[in-house]
Amino acid sequence: MADKAYSAGVKEYRETYWMPEYTPKETDILACFKITPQPGVPREEVAAAVAAESSTGTWTTVWTDLLTDLDYYKGRAYAIEDVPGDDTCFYAFIAYPIDLFEEGSVVNVLTSLVGNVFGFKALRMLRLEDIRFPVAYVMTCNGPPQGIQVERDIMNKYGRPMLGCTIKPKLGLSAKNYGRACYEGLRGGLDFTKDDENVNSQPFMRWRHRFDFVMEAIHKAEAETGERKGHYLNVTAPTSDEMMRRAEYAKEIGAPIIMHDYLTGGLSANTQLAQWCQENGMLLHIHRAMHAVLDRNPHHGIHFRVLTKVLRLSGGDHLHSGTVVGKLEGDRDATLGWIDIMRDSYIKEDRSRGIFFDQDWGAMPGVIPVASGGIHVWHMPALVNIFGDDSVLQFGGGTLGHPWGNAAGAAANRVAVEACVEARNSGVELEKEGKDILTKAAKSSPELKIAMETWKEIKFEFDTVDKLDVAHK
Amino acid sequence: MSDMQDYQSSLGDVASRKFETFSYLPEMTPERIRTQIEYIVSKGWNPGIEHTEPANAVSNFWYMWKLPMFGETDIDAILAEVEACHKAHPENHVRLLGFDNFAQSAGASMVIYRGKSV
Repeated sequence: MADKAYSAGVKEYRETYWMPEYTPKETDILACFKITPQPGVPREEVAAAVAAESSTGTWTTVWTDLLTDLDYYKGRAYAIEDVPGDDTCFYAFIAYPIDLFEEGSVVNVLTSLVGNVFGFKALRMLRLEDIRFPVAYVMTCNGPPQGIQVERDIMNKYGRPMLGCTIKPKLGLSAKNYGRACYEGLRGGLDFTKDDENVNSQPFMRWRHRFDFVMEAIHKAEAETGERKGHYLNVTAPTSDEMMRRAEYAKEIGAPIIMHDYLTGGLSANTQLAQWCQENGMLLHIHRAMHAVLDRNPHHGIHFRVLTKVLRLSGGDHLHSGTVVGKLEGDRDATLGWIDIMRDSYIKEDRSRGIFFDQDWGAMPGVIPVASGGIHVWHMPALVNIFGDDSVLQFGGGTLGHPWGNAAGAAANRVAVEACVEARNSGVELEKEGKDILTKAAKSSPELKIAMETWKEIKFEFDTVDKLDVAHK
Repeated sequence: MSDMQDYQSSLGDVASRKFETFSYLPEMTPERIRTQIEYIVSKGWNPGIEHTEPANAVSNFWYMWKLPMFGETDIDAILAEVEACHKAHPENHVRLLGFDNFAQSAGASMVIYRGKSV
């Protein structure tokens, strides 16, 4: 006979879900939320409410609670911490038993952790700062289709960052003009060109024509330069059936890499595509449209480091990471944190980089960070220093905006990246000596010289909106 | 328009063929090669030498020159092997690699002698 009797009504959440004495298990999924409560609600009660609403609880007691072992299945709020420099909010740490989540489904994890709880009235705002996925859960997920080492072998690129370019204007080109822009960039020395995220299959350029012209561009640039080339063919589509149709065609014509928008396209579609890529030997480039909607507000939403972990589990070989130095938002230490989360096999807790938990990826391959957005040759020394070799540095305007055209713009970037890598290997401090390195390299590259004259003055010096919570304001 | 330079590259001009990392910089000098070998050694990678006929350069598998020099840290000894390979195959491309056994990938790869491309 059970020792509990059913009593209807509303209980305080903390009676059940606040467990400061709980020691998280190795197999628990752990989450850190930043909670901004409504005035007058005690921290423990709000933290317990978040634990409840993101796991087993609902607003009132129900008799069916007593048919199961809720004390086992419930989420447990086990710790609370101040947010440095901000008294309006606090961190709550919650542990979830692994049984709460379907194996291999980041969809299921997110549905619980960032589901109804985010609209809960007792909260003014809520942000999911980090998740620790136990390695037992990681190993149930598909992960990146190929991984960094396989990509290097497929593309024959070693000992340097790879170079990419997003084709502009982002909308409106015909397929043949578009293929021309790709060809010019690739023959000039790029490794990859890229469909912009909003290029899907519009009336001015249907996807199949684009794929055909772009493949010719790749083949000709490969024959001309003797190097391997690729173009991220965007297969993001209105339905996953259509997405798969485009992916199959890309494979049929010999494309090495395709592309998907994992947030707008959806995580089910992304995971499906990643599994298909793994089975079919294709690389998968991931764009992140919509991420800033979720991750930019410091008090509400989902931090990008969580979205990074979600993508690594769902599957992708490349993921846009921000540039630190370009036109788009990105705090340097926080960016270094999520770059580690993409690439490394084990990441230690490091609050100075915004990392709240140790994360063990087991045997799961890494994802290559892609730095893209408002960068040009003058940024190259900083980019090589920040991102290292396992990265794609992607210059759109910084290639196509070259006064002599894409091929010259590509060559300028290629000379710059190789000069920076050679200097780094020789022990030169890149960010300190950047100007000298580029100036010296430009002596044998008129393309680089003109690029340096064109872009010298462009700077992006706005302060970051989403800063790490490390210093008192 | 007169200030604009044409980008010199074509299928018909074998000078357009490139050799991946460092091939967009001026051809390696002995001092620069030495510095890059020092880097490979300092990273703890195993130096290795490969070569190929220019006509077969696109293959993943170039011919190995002996075995990778596991544990070799003497820069002069590594340079001597590069020279020996070049001497034995003067028409071929010769590349130097640094094998990173933890990443199971080449941490460094550069063509040091270029044969006549096709």
